[in-house]
Amino acid sequence: MDGWLGVLIMLVLGVGFAAVMIGLSVLLGPKNPTPEKLAPYECGMPAVGDARERHSVKFYLVAMIFLLFDIEIAFLYPWAVALRDLGWPGLMQIVTFFMILSVGYLYVWRKGALDWAPAARARNALRRGPRKAA
Amino acid sequence: MFNSSFDAVVPMLCVTLAALAAMGAEAFRARDEKMPIGGLGIIGLVGAGVACALLWNRNTSSFGVIVADNFGLFVTMVLVIVGILTIMFSSQVLEVDNLPRGEYYALLLFGIAGMMMMATANDLLVVFISLEILSLAVYVLTGIRRDDPRSTEAAFKYFLLGAFSSAFFLYGIAFTYGLTGSTRLDRIGAFLAAQSMSDNPLILVALGLLLVGFAFKISAVPFHMWTPDAYEGAPAIVTGFMSTGVKAAAFAAFARVFLSAFEPFSQQWVPVIWVLAAATMILGTVVGVAQSNLKRMLAYSSIAHGGYLLVGLVAANQIGKAAILFYLLAYAITNLAAFGVIAMLASSNDENEELRDYKGLWHTHPALAAMMTVCLLSLGGLPPTVGFVGKWYIFSAAVSSGYYGLAVIGMLTSVVSVFFYLRVVVMMYMSEREGPEPVRPRIARMGMVALTLSVILIFYLGILPTRVLDYAAESIATIF
Amino acid sequence: MIPLDHYLIVSAILFAIGTAGVFLRKNLITILLSIEIMLNAVNLTFVAFGRSLGTVDGQIITFFVMTVAAAEAAVGLAIIIALYRHRESLNPDTFSSLKW
Repeated sequence: MDGWLGVLIMLVLGVGFAAVMIGLSVLLGPKNPTPEKLAPYECGMPAVGDARERHSVKFYLVAMIFLLFDIEIAFLYPWAVALRDLGWPGLMQIVTFFMILSVGYLYVWRKGALDWAPAARARNALRRGPRKAA
Repeated sequence: MFNSSFDAVVPMLCVTLAALAAMGAEAFRARDEKMPIGGLGIIGLVGAGVACALLWNRNTSSFGVIVADNFGLFVTMVLVIVGILTIMFSSQVLEVDNLPRGEYYALLLFGIAGMMMMATANDLLVVFISLEILSLAVYVLTGIRRDDPRSTEAAFKYFLLGAFSSAFFLYGIAFTYGLTGSTRLDRIGAFLAAQSMSDNPLILVALGLLLVGFAFKISAVPFHMWTPDAYEGAPAIVTGFMSTGVKAAAFAAFARVFLSAFEPFSQQWVPVIWVLAAATMILGTVVGVAQSNLKRMLAYSSIAHGGYLLVGLVAANQIGKAAILFYLLAYAITNLAAFGVIAMLASSNDENEELRDYKGLWHTHPALAAMMTVCLLSLGGLPPTVGFVGKWYIFSAAVSSGYYGLAVIGMLTSVVSVFFYLRVVVMMYMSEREGPEPVRPRIARMGMVALTLSVILIFYLGILPTRVLDYAAESIATIF
Repeated sequence: MIPLDHYLIVSAILFAIGTAGVFLRKNLITILLSIEIMLNAVNLTFVAFGRSLGTVDGQIITFFVMTVAAAEAAVGLAIIIALYRHRESLNPDTFSSLKW
């Protein structure tokens, strides 16, 4: 039975983390409901319509950025599998790797590529620096 | 830092850190703030140069996959020079074309880091990854003028054929790995030398695929189709950078892979490269004569120069190997300076890159015209410039190895190429311009300094080449 | 167990399909996908060889190739978008401002 204790802890941690995150976003997130946002299938654009509609170039941008950061996770799996054997040097290497990645992330963020708001607001945000939490 | 397994990567680490700093600086730059990001790049490159000097003759290696032997360090040094000159030329171009500075310098530095990695790689997988690092950076640099359809189109063609060829290259690596059980060059070489595999057709397939991949990158005929388009569409200074830096890095890896790992198969690959070299020299020169656009003409000329370098690879005796290194240096300085002149004469709405735009340049910009003349004469291989010395050693290597045919083709094409270089010179001095004078930008002091440095180097290496030639000979002594 | 030859043949066919796609298709996105097919064919070769050699090198290499392929796809898509803004077309035959 005790072999399963790790699994139990893992489950509790996983569920707990998800619950805390959802709870936090309910408590802290700004609420501004619109009919689109309340629709059962909400993905950023009208759910019903012509499939050949042209999408904003923002979608491509975000998709490309997602692709790049997502694929880097591939390097985490082998590292996680060999975590014990690699030890501290392995940890340092993976941390270095993610430090470099985070420079890229900072760049993308500061350039406003992650902002969904119209261009003017994104530019303002750049000038004033990152917005303080409301 | 020294005497650890990180020694050999210090040069590229310097450049990478500079690139990351450039990216960070650009990210946190206020809208209209000016930042000396180019200076940051020069600091990184100088750091890499110092690291190279310290590593010289120490033959260190990092994790077995990056080796800082003298061969790799010599090419790294060439890349440092290419990088510094490019940054000095760039300041004016960025101003005139209003290009994004931070991105430009970051991509440039990442590209150089990739090239350095490629020049010192001792593992086929590392060669592939560094090839991709430098290629991705250069694709974007080619298309950095997003509002210019020609620049974007050039970037796309370059990207398409580059990605296509790297798939071939990778397939070659896969077969090599499958047959020899390793991607490390030293192990592949030992394996191939120990076993007689010449009856195995798969190893020839692997060799052929690797050759195609390299031939694309050094734009050898018949894999040169992308070169004129990419070189013409890219901003002139980017063309200068990619025609020198990419070629130097690709040739270094090419020589290392074929002369060390696949040395036992030289019977098989030498005739193929012989044909490639001959075709490259002939086509590059003959088609170059017919061009009316200076950038396109220099693109074909750079194809022809790739052919001369291939001659050195075929005649891989001691002189030949040293000659490749010396020629890479000679070609890099000269070609970059020539493209630097083109870049400095381009204004924001008119590139002024047709041959007729250079008519009467002597009367308006005497200094620029004189220095352009030196570059063109050096490209043509006339004494007392560095181009002459480089060609001399390449062809004498070919003769001493018994490849008389290649030497003759090389000399004939050199003579023909002098014709089209001289045509530009004659236009600059002799003819008067018809019609209104083209709009030319103010020439920046930094670019002039870079150009003067290049011309001094061209003459210095042309008149007193022994010292650097000794370094080149020393470089190839440690490997092969 | 499936012998090594079969994997190699499948990956060679995949590679050939990708190569043919680059030459024959008339849509830039499809051409990009064809290049990805070529890279994945190589991945299959690596994994097959790695398995037959009894080392994990082949699988490790595949991780690197996947990452490189993703970066390449991102750059390629970005260039295609920039190109589409000028041309309003994804047919490579319309790109002729430079002599091909």
